[in-house]
Amino acid sequence: MRIDGKGLIDRTKPVRFRFDGKDYAGYKGDTLASALLANDVRLVGRSFKYHRPRGVLTAGSEEPNALVEVVGPSNQTPNVRATMQEVFEGLVAQSQNRLGSLRFDLLAVNDYLSPFLSAGFYYKTFMWPRAFWEGLYEPIIRRAAGLGSLSGKHDEGTYEKAFAFCDVLVIGSGPSGLMAALTAGRAGADVILCEESHALGGRLLSDGGTIGGMAAADWVASVVEELQALPNVRIMPRTTVTGAYDHGTYGALERVGLHKPARPNLPRECFWRIVAKHAVLASGALERPVAFPDNDRPGIMLASAVRTYLNRYGVVPGKRVTLFANTDQARATARELMAAGVQVAAIIDPRPDAFSVEDCPVHVGAEVIGSRGRLGLSGIQVRKGSEVIEIETDCLAMSGGWNPTIHLTCHMNGRPRWDEDLAAFVPMAGAVPGLVAVGAANGSMSTHGALATGQAAAVQAVEALGRKVQVPLPEAEDAPYRLKALWAVEGKGRAWLDFANDVTTKDVKLAAQEGFRSVEHMKRYTTQGMAPDQGKNSNVAALAVLADATGRGIAETGVTTFRPPYTPVSIAAMGAGGRAEGFAPQRFLTSDQASRDRGAPMIEAGLWYRPSYFPKPGETTWRDSCDREVEMVRQAVGVTDVSTLGKIDIQGKDAGRFLDFVYTNTFSTLPVGRVRYGLMLREDGLVLDDGTSARLGDDHYLMTTTTAAAGLVMRHLDFVHQAFCADWQVRFISVTESWAQFAVAGPKARALVNSFLEEPVDLPFMGVAPVRIGGVDGRLFRISFSGEEGYELAVPTRFGEALFRDLVARAETMGGGPYGMEALNVLRIEKGFITHAEIHGRVTAHDIGMAKMVSAKKDCIGKAAATRPGLWGPEREQLVGLKASAPISAGAHLFVPGTEVHRETDQGYVTSVCWSPTVGAWLGLGFLKDGRARLGEKIRLVDHLRGLDVICEVCNPVFHDPEGEKLRA
Amino acid sequence: MRLTCPLCGERDRREFYYYGAEDYLHRPSEGAPLAEWDNYLHLRDNPAGVTKDLWYHEAGCSQWLLVTRNTVTHESSAVELVAERKA
Repeated sequence: MRIDGKGLIDRTKPVRFRFDGKDYAGYKGDTLASALLANDVRLVGRSFKYHRPRGVLTAGSEEPNALVEVVGPSNQTPNVRATMQEVFEGLVAQSQNRLGSLRFDLLAVNDYLSPFLSAGFYYKTFMWPRAFWEGLYEPIIRRAAGLGSLSGKHDEGTYEKAFAFCDVLVIGSGPSGLMAALTAGRAGADVILCEESHALGGRLLSDGGTIGGMAAADWVASVVEELQALPNVRIMPRTTVTGAYDHGTYGALERVGLHKPARPNLPRECFWRIVAKHAVLASGALERPVAFPDNDRPGIMLASAVRTYLNRYGVVPGKRVTLFANTDQARATARELMAAGVQVAAIIDPRPDAFSVEDCPVHVGAEVIGSRGRLGLSGIQVRKGSEVIEIETDCLAMSGGWNPTIHLTCHMNGRPRWDEDLAAFVPMAGAVPGLVAVGAANGSMSTHGALATGQAAAVQAVEALGRKVQVPLPEAEDAPYRLKALWAVEGKGRAWLDFANDVTTKDVKLAAQEGFRSVEHMKRYTTQGMAPDQGKNSNVAALAVLADATGRGIAETGVTTFRPPYTPVSIAAMGAGGRAEGFAPQRFLTSDQASRDRGAPMIEAGLWYRPSYFPKPGETTWRDSCDREVEMVRQAVGVTDVSTLGKIDIQGKDAGRFLDFVYTNTFSTLPVGRVRYGLMLREDGLVLDDGTSARLGDDHYLMTTTTAAAGLVMRHLDFVHQAFCADWQVRFISVTESWAQFAVAGPKARALVNSFLEEPVDLPFMGVAPVRIGGVDGRLFRISFSGEEGYELAVPTRFGEALFRDLVARAETMGGGPYGMEALNVLRIEKGFITHAEIHGRVTAHDIGMAKMVSAKKDCIGKAAATRPGLWGPEREQLVGLKASAPISAGAHLFVPGTEVHRETDQGYVTSVCWSPTVGAWLGLGFLKDGRARLGEKIRLVDHLRGLDVICEVCNPVFHDPEGEKLRA
Repeated sequence: MRLTCPLCGERDRREFYYYGAEDYLHRPSEGAPLAEWDNYLHLRDNPAGVTKDLWYHEAGCSQWLLVTRNTVTHESSAVELVAERKA
């Protein structure tokens, strides 16, 4: 019911929205919860386990009951707290976790079965028969469990992530937060002020009062106005700081577009990483419910929430309200309701010495022991001494005191301290370096206390920053906080602690009785505190009940660990930008468009995209194209882009010496103008990478790495240089993206290359020379990864596309053309050249038959460890070729024919396979125990995954031109 | 987590690549017994408290850094360039 003249909503802006298929009206400034309550909708959800009817309990992000699904044009968001969702024109929401309608939820049968569904019931009930678990129990539980549901469609919404930096981060904008922000802002510090709600002011917006002689709302407005005018202050409303991390880093979730109709490019949420030199935690406190029997009916709410709905939204959740509270402060709720003309049926105060004169009946020393009303509260039972009084009421405002919102102070392993006077946990100072808790978050419950501690923390921060500031402290109420701890009321029936997960005081006592006496064990046994609200409403009360049941004090019982995030954070926001093509950076070759123009499917090679094959008319499968391209290279000439290989330019007097240290073989003796194949080990003796390095000048080398290991090798070289020989005169830099490089291979390769050169060069095999191509300085290498006479032409990147198109066009006049990754792979397997399929991190130089490349004359990285027992010898699996007449597969394992196929008899495995049009057989490379001594042997290849079982011949891995005559032609 | 690179200043940890303990800097000399290599390659302390380890400013200046930090408090007390380290 809406009350005239109350609230901060904009009554000139009505908003229409829909809940469970019915249209309602609210106002701009309403939350879904306040708008539903204004429309007298009390039943908004069903509880998790027992499917009990539930209504709004709170007015904040801690809401355990009013979780709904918000239906958008492209997504459906489950478990949205109606207390946080602002209404907007066209908002569509629906209730969740029900079978049938919200009023007649078929799963409410669970409530009648509750004697069988107590804590840990599934551990006890579904133990036998064992076979029933997968087929019966689990599907039923899965159907019944869970809260909201997703649309099942891809989330097309936009999300963002961002970084921010500041001197002082203020978390919360109640009296302490505003005072801290104002103080730090006036001092000139860079301030970020985060407020979870859409409006600044915190409890001041709900509780009213005066500050410095002004109405609290006016004081808030004046401070906000000043903060907005300060260029060094950034105000972030709708932003929840969700976690405190190392070195002043905080996570925060901003609801950017969730309060507006969706439109393209409007982010729904933004996940911020805020780095702050100082932080002020002004997160306030959360009021706690009281666990009395049947305390979960719609209409039973927190007193502070009733006050918030009245003063912020002009809404009263009932016509005849009762108050059950154990503090003086909570009385204000009843008084303000009466002042607004709402009937207050009674105040029930468990403190025998409490003030008993109000404008309504007051029962001191009394407790609520029960409630009634099927889908909403209609009455309560109150016990006063030996007497039980029935009171008609449709809204009970309850308060069991307040818990400081200390969560962030515990995110770095800090344990809170139990404060006996407050009957609450307060933060341990210094638990998060740089963060100071103030106001109610630190146990200062009065407005004066909030203002004073907020100011003091800000002064401390700005002084540490070398700034000075004087801000007079405005006057405000400083009433003492007086309560008698009240956690649970004894009585007949179940009393709820955790509304979201349906945990009652009985469950906690049962846990203690069954030996789960530790608070962490009790939590897991009962699921107390494991719902979306993470126990914000129930943790402290639950451990108080546990303490009582185990005969210990609360401080001794301790509290479970608070971990980030403070409120749920959508994965979409944390991973913003990382979906689909944004998942990883993409690297494109200069020939990319030219390859796509020819219809080449592109495949990923690390971050690069390379052409798989170049289809021709009439070719129906990749194999058709691949076989043709292989034959084309073997018979005529092929062109392929090899720019993805890592290129490292190494210069300096000690460049050769440095290469000798990182390669197993010697490079310092390499003549200028020559290229050498090199093998690089890790320090543990296993192969790191291979590639060629060219000597371009006395003090100048160009190293190439494999595509896959380019970054790894650069990191390795930097480490070796900086850690072991920083004083050597050598410097190097990656030039991978500075050069476009194309392999030209085949019997007609020389003719094709020469057609480009102003002066043809006669390069020996493994030679390098500077060349001019069309007026551009380039480099020509005579190296081959195909087994044919091969060249690589390198030009500065900007000329790459032109050269590639020209190379391909000229190759085609000679019966050649471009070839892709598939053909490149077949060509290298035929020649027995290895890639990272073979040097996969578990092989040694010995395994790949290159032990002789480890020079005896010098030290190198990995040399010592390579001599360790077990890294060499016949027991090692050694590189071999495999030949078969039927398809074989990489990943298959090798066995001696006639032996059983299992792990103990495993002789090795296959790393690369292809159909070889040149040899006319299936070829493979693989590793076989003592393989080099077993050439000619028949071996059985088994692949259970693909259902292959093939006899192969063990061969020399070099199938094509084993003498290398073509290479050297 | 933030690290203060001596060249680039305070940066987010996402810019850095973590390698391991500073032990990797104490490479045995050529011909050292295998036990010494085993120790160098594989045997590590796991201190609760001050530790020194190696980070690479991969998305920055490509310098290797020797970071002194506390595994209990997460405090990072010193960062020096591996190339210019003392001793």
